[in-house]
Amino acid sequence: MNYTIKKEKDYLVVSISGEVDISITDSLREDIDRALQDYGLNNLIFDLSGVEFVDSAGLGVILGRYKKVAARGGKVYLAGARPQVKKILELSGLLGLMDEYPSTGALWEKLG
Amino acid sequence: MNKAVLEFSSRTENVAFARVAVAAFVSQLDFTLSDIEEIKVAVSEAVSNAIIHGYGNNPDHTVRLELRVAEEYMEIEVIDQGKGIKDISQALEPAYSTDPERMGLGFAFMQSFMEKFSVQSTPGKGTRIKMSRRAGAPRQAAVPEQ
Repeated sequence: MNYTIKKEKDYLVVSISGEVDISITDSLREDIDRALQDYGLNNLIFDLSGVEFVDSAGLGVILGRYKKVAARGGKVYLAGARPQVKKILELSGLLGLMDEYPSTGALWEKLG
Repeated sequence: MNKAVLEFSSRTENVAFARVAVAAFVSQLDFTLSDIEEIKVAVSEAVSNAIIHGYGNNPDHTVRLELRVAEEYMEIEVIDQGKGIKDISQALEPAYSTDPERMGLGFAFMQSFMEKFSVQSTPGKGTRIKMSRRAGAPRQAAVPEQ
């Protein structure tokens, strides 16, 4: 599993590839939190197009970041989830909290 | 019946090993790829619980997996000898978590993706999670036995 974190416009974009489980969630969480602070951003985009597997540990990172930025008036967007990942997102209830798009391209069109 | 037993260190990097090993073993049955993905999530949750909650993230213990398949039916047991669960009913409630960063969905996913699911736990002695599912049949989420 690997990930990249970069600033694009007023959004922090986290692109994740591979399998997301408890073995990686601590470093993912710390790196996102550090980048949010360093860039002073409150809006977060998770590009999930490369994610092949996620369990509740991975969802916990997304939910935790949602709680953090939502408390400051920010938003979290999810993009590109494959069907098996989307099923887990649906079951978890996360899609009731944040907007989900089929791709980052579709999301950027919406964000303008 | 065909069976396999795996024992591995309670290290988080072994969660991926466990789910891939289970997926390979049960693929001898007539599961769809979507079924296999669901089974991997359930195994990932059970093994993560054993490592994080059972053993408090101490990598020097052992997690045991027992796998059995017979006539399109598979059964998985995930066993630890960790601290155990004091109140199983509370732990099984959706969104119950001892950690605000975790979703408390581990048991919910195990129940959603299995037909039968049970938890045996003795505080101070450990936890045994047993889950099973048939291949090639419509499925209803498990109602947990305790």
